[in-house]
Amino acid sequence: MNRDAMLLVDALRNPATTRNLDAQGWTELLSMARAEQLLGTLAERFKIESVPPKVAEILAEARVNADYLRRSALWEADCARRVLAGFGGKVVLLKGTAYVAAGLKAGEGRSIGDLDILVARDDLPQVEAALLAAGWEWVKPDPYDDAYYRDHMHELPPLIHKLRDRMIDVHHTILPLTARRRPDARAMLADANCLPSRLREGPGEGQSNSRHISDPPLTAVASHRLRLPASGRGGLYTLSPPDMVCHSAAHLFADGELDGGLRNLWDIHCLLGQFSSAEFWVQLRSRASLHQLSEPVERAVRLAHQLYGTQIPKDWAGWHRQDKWYVARLTARDGWGRPTRKFIRLLFYIRSHWLRMPPLMLARHLWVKWRKG
Amino acid sequence: MGSSKILYRAEPADQRLVEPLDMMTLIYQRRSGITHMVGEPVPQMLAAMGDDAVDAAILAKRLAKTFDLGGAADAVAVLSERLEELAELGLVERITDA
Amino acid sequence: MHEFRVQVGPAAFRIGSAWREPLAQMAELYRDYPQPEFTDFSVRLEPTGLLRRWLRPSVAICGDYMLPDAAPLPLAQGLLAAEMAMNLQMALGWRRHLLLHASAVERDGRVLVMTGQSGSGKSTLSALLGSRGWRFMGDEFVLLDPVSGDAVPFPRLISLKNSAIAAMQAVKPDGHFGPLLAGTPKGDIRHLVPPGDAIARMGQGGAPALLLFPRFGYPGEVREVAPGETFMRLTQASTNYVALGEAGFTTLTRFVRSVPSRAIDYQSGEEAVALVEQLWERLA
Repeated sequence: MNRDAMLLVDALRNPATTRNLDAQGWTELLSMARAEQLLGTLAERFKIESVPPKVAEILAEARVNADYLRRSALWEADCARRVLAGFGGKVVLLKGTAYVAAGLKAGEGRSIGDLDILVARDDLPQVEAALLAAGWEWVKPDPYDDAYYRDHMHELPPLIHKLRDRMIDVHHTILPLTARRRPDARAMLADANCLPSRLREGPGEGQSNSRHISDPPLTAVASHRLRLPASGRGGLYTLSPPDMVCHSAAHLFADGELDGGLRNLWDIHCLLGQFSSAEFWVQLRSRASLHQLSEPVERAVRLAHQLYGTQIPKDWAGWHRQDKWYVARLTARDGWGRPTRKFIRLLFYIRSHWLRMPPLMLARHLWVKWRKG
Repeated sequence: MGSSKILYRAEPADQRLVEPLDMMTLIYQRRSGITHMVGEPVPQMLAAMGDDAVDAAILAKRLAKTFDLGGAADAVAVLSERLEELAELGLVERITDA
Repeated sequence: MHEFRVQVGPAAFRIGSAWREPLAQMAELYRDYPQPEFTDFSVRLEPTGLLRRWLRPSVAICGDYMLPDAAPLPLAQGLLAAEMAMNLQMALGWRRHLLLHASAVERDGRVLVMTGQSGSGKSTLSALLGSRGWRFMGDEFVLLDPVSGDAVPFPRLISLKNSAIAAMQAVKPDGHFGPLLAGTPKGDIRHLVPPGDAIARMGQGGAPALLLFPRFGYPGEVREVAPGETFMRLTQASTNYVALGEAGFTTLTRFVRSVPSRAIDYQSGEEAVALVEQLWERLA
């Protein structure tokens, strides 16, 4: 069977489409979901959908794993918070950790990897020093990579915590400095919102086996016995909703080869659904313009609507000629979870490097990488 | 250094599971999912702290009621160190007057 | 892509391969195992490069869960690659039980668990006991149920290494052995199909009653192991203790509280069996 990941897209958009799926179909769907880091999300979508017994076991297992990833991510963020508590500037959580910390739909069942934070560029030396003093260390000691990172990238070279073995990416803007588009990091930081309380799990674990299903959003957790840092002093922040969408779209289209694109697009679908209001869509248009991200944001909104059925205003809908290439790339996965459509992948790979750096730099970068084998 | 005092407050007791074994005590911390293996006097310290913000001196007084801690000055120094370690681990929170 | 499916204990695998041979070997060795419709994990044996499908064929292990720098194996060891791939899926993806890197055998509804590093002899010992009236439950992973605390069978092909191969062939001359895989990263390997009752009863667990840390190649001795040390060694032997969170903690502490543990040293299979029987009589 020559399936592509539209099988997964359909299942996420509308779980009822799986009602007639046979064992082979389920096997392929699950392999795709794993390959696209969307198994946890699938498990969330199918919470009240009836599925074959073996599939139910697999999805329950995925929820256990999602709980673990969420717990680790929040703890890591809290460790960073404590270390940076004395630091005067804002520490803004990005991506999966942010969604989970803020109790957003985009965080439900999300697979989360490293901790990503955004701070002002001027504050980098202070943040770097604080992290190094508290047990983080550099991952890549290579001086070329190090210089490259500091001069051209949007983040510090990667840091990893010695004991916990977890990585932190400290960003000062959301796209590489060498990219064509220049989002306004200062504006993002200025508009970032403080999370209301210290990061916690829901009510104690183990109170019921279905705790993860009935978990209240984090913002509703009562922290009655602890005195917590007030906003602005030792708290953590998240981007404003329009900026979150801009960041996600930038990451999806302007920074990468679209690996993990379906998951990234699902984040956008959830964000748009959660924050949709007349005011939001106006703000989104203006923020996207401010950050020079109009094209990626508009494409992200169109594709989320096309693939996941997101409700969007008429003036955001439409179909551009290039959209079909993106859909082809995003769904390039077979029933074994293998990447397919090699040629299209190659085109996007080249494009992603093209977007990240000017041609002369690209040549030099690839030359150095090649020389080092 | 200024004259601000550091106090410590333990996480609520329902945020951890405590399992004493032979030579050590296991503490599972729910928030982090980390299992700590600790020796004396850590479990006793956490129990004695309750929900209050304390410093090493206060804690030493509380523990002295049920334990022989050796010399008073020693006890405070040892407890200070342990409290800092627990703060690093996140089992206990530092609270500064600020 | 050639395909083979097999159910082992509670886990069902779909195995794909660019070459027919490794799967033909698997089908032969796993012929008495259930062939599931629904699968938990998919693994793939793929050529490492375009030409490597035919020219000195080299097998890369891929699947739902993969290790980025796993070294490829020659096609002759394709069967080993498939077994390793299945282990990897369990180790990285299974969350339904607490997974211990251990072997287990059962008698009268109670389970003997043996754990230790590679070469400790836990695999061979479980095979030996499996042919001495015990029911073989697995030689690679022991699965502990977080709710009941029971050990659940995971009876894959028994992986015999180096001198253990000849030893088991002597004990079970009519055993169903796989091909000799020489020169693997771990030396010579030969797989042995578990006994019929192990396969037939792969759905039946039992309560753990004794934990042993076997050590082959040392003069016979038995030492008590304190619960604290047992706990620590078992967390090191578990691939998913941390991921299971609180359930991992309660499962393992319950195990450590209720199951006596001993370290045993031995220099021959017979010696080991005798020690096991003595300890089982006394403690289990």
